[in-house]
Amino acid sequence: MAEQTSTANAWPVDPADLIPAGRKRLGWGLLALATLGLLAIIVVQILYKTEMSTVGFDTWRPVIYAYVLWGAALGAWQVLTRGEDGQRALFLLPALLFTIAMVIFPTLFGFYIALTDWNLSSFSGRKFNGLDNFWQMLSDPYYRNALFNMVLYVLAVLVEYVVAFGLALLLNAQIRARKFFRVVFLLPLMLSPVAVSWMVGKSLMEYRFGPAATLARHLGWDNPAFFSDPITARISIMMLDAWTFIPFMMIMLLAGLQAMSREVLEAARVDGATAWQTFWQVTFPLMLPVSVTAVILRIIFKLKLADIIITLTSGGPGGATDSVSSFIYREYRDRSNVGYGTMLAMAYLVIIVVFVTWLLKFASRFVRNVN
Amino acid sequence: MSVQTTDYTVSEIRSPAAFITSRVFIYGALVFWAFVCLFPIYWTITTSFKSAVDVTQGHLIPFVDFTPDWKGWRSLGLSPDSIFQTSTVRDEFLKRFMNSVITSVGASGLAIIIGSLAAYGLVRYRYKFAWFKNEDISFFFLSQLILPPVVLALPFLVLYREVALLDTRIGLVLLYTLMVLPIVIWIMRDQFNSIPVELEEAALVDGLSIWGAFFRIVMPIALPGMVAAFILAMVLCWNEYFFAALLTSTDAKTIPVMVASQTGSQGINWWSMAALATAAIAPLAIIGIALERYLIMGMTAGSVK
Repeated sequence: MAEQTSTANAWPVDPADLIPAGRKRLGWGLLALATLGLLAIIVVQILYKTEMSTVGFDTWRPVIYAYVLWGAALGAWQVLTRGEDGQRALFLLPALLFTIAMVIFPTLFGFYIALTDWNLSSFSGRKFNGLDNFWQMLSDPYYRNALFNMVLYVLAVLVEYVVAFGLALLLNAQIRARKFFRVVFLLPLMLSPVAVSWMVGKSLMEYRFGPAATLARHLGWDNPAFFSDPITARISIMMLDAWTFIPFMMIMLLAGLQAMSREVLEAARVDGATAWQTFWQVTFPLMLPVSVTAVILRIIFKLKLADIIITLTSGGPGGATDSVSSFIYREYRDRSNVGYGTMLAMAYLVIIVVFVTWLLKFASRFVRNVN
Repeated sequence: MSVQTTDYTVSEIRSPAAFITSRVFIYGALVFWAFVCLFPIYWTITTSFKSAVDVTQGHLIPFVDFTPDWKGWRSLGLSPDSIFQTSTVRDEFLKRFMNSVITSVGASGLAIIIGSLAAYGLVRYRYKFAWFKNEDISFFFLSQLILPPVVLALPFLVLYREVALLDTRIGLVLLYTLMVLPIVIWIMRDQFNSIPVELEEAALVDGLSIWGAFFRIVMPIALPGMVAAFILAMVLCWNEYFFAALLTSTDAKTIPVMVASQTGSQGINWWSMAALATAAIAPLAIIGIALERYLIMGMTAGSVK
């Protein structure tokens, strides 16, 4: 990490050689001391935990404190040895050290867990079992089913997008009480999905007394059970999730509509285009970049879908509504199967990374081709 | 967000009949969707005042269909007649509520501090960590957004047990900070980009240090953006369920976990469930209505150039 140079052209650069040698020595000394301390604590802990020594701490928490101190020493070292450049590095260091500690290490550790047979509730502890979890995953019909459900859930984003676009157009039309409607339309996004799935999914859509079921009966659906057969259950989950997240896309699209220049629309009107033509020939193409951003962000959130399914259906009936996250959650909750669950999660991560990368590439090409 | 009106849909229409039709359609659609948004909230709030019979018969309108009663709130120890008595349920509820407040405010605050600093650095200075340049570092931060919670959940479960952070509020704060950090950086980058660099140059000429310029000049200007990022982060943390359900058991349980675990032995007490749900959604609903402007500002950051 020592290779860091910041060359901000706009700033009067203060040359590093103006820093006295004593100050530099102090900086290096501090860093060396902190690094040694961190390594020493780690080594002591490893020896203690592997029962090769009797000196050590009960938990690994001191290592965290040591890491924080080491981070502080790293910052001090930057400032002491590199002056103003070091002060600039100080802006970035906290977030960087935090994210690295919280993401990189657990993810690497996760890849290791994924290769073990580890049941937290059994006494035997963990055993390294190589790719066994992987082969088990390939032949797991429930996991495949969960992945297939994710495809359906992601496709549902397109419907959400159409509704959100419609709402944004409505809010952008010349209406009274625009602020009132905007606040009301935004409300579902603020509500806790767990509370919503209880009060809407389990109460409002209750088979016997729920108003939604009563309404469905009036509309001619004899048997309004929203969660008993696979297809309606999926649709119900999609609708609930859409209800909470449509405002998110709506607000982004509304901002896009309001940022559109009025001259273009005026020109279309002067040329005698109808409202329908104006929308398809002018508004929609101009809105494409915002739309793509909104849809991609929404898909990213959709890929994390779990809480509604966990509280509402627990994946049922027969795994029909499972998302990958809710499936892994139950795999852990019911069977304490950390090793296998982690393998599923890691495979999902790889799939997501590939998919999102492809999606971003595809989207940028799509926007370029249309415009 | 300024309220501009782009009245092309109206100006297109020339005949009065068509004008009225379009008005009816627009307001009809608006009212319909407002109903879709508000009815579940209405149902939640009214159910907390219903007795068992009123729930099972699907009564809707208070005073007409049923006589409201503090039943749901009494079961939480929060009704007018029970508020001054000791109540274990209320203590339990308040504890969960405080856990939610502390974790979401703590995580949002921490994310705002380190996220704003990083965003400012990335916007104003050029870095090179080994072969990573500014764009790579930005991408590294933003790419955390696609990391699904389920990937981190099980490793964290094991690691937190080792460092004694399982079932603690500080453990949740750290994870939630990680979760909202990309969003904060995204919003704040947009904010700092819109501040002219000349302001800081003038401050430096006047003898302020880099950090002095940041705190005395830049931060006050970027404050609305920080509020926006803070509120958006609050919403995400307050409603978070997945990590909380996995990583907390008794001490650090948050409101969503409490809501989700309300199945009694003889079915569900809908009135108390509804009261609890109302209490869980009320804080954010109030914040959302009062600070809607900032919320919209946060969500639209960077999406419209």
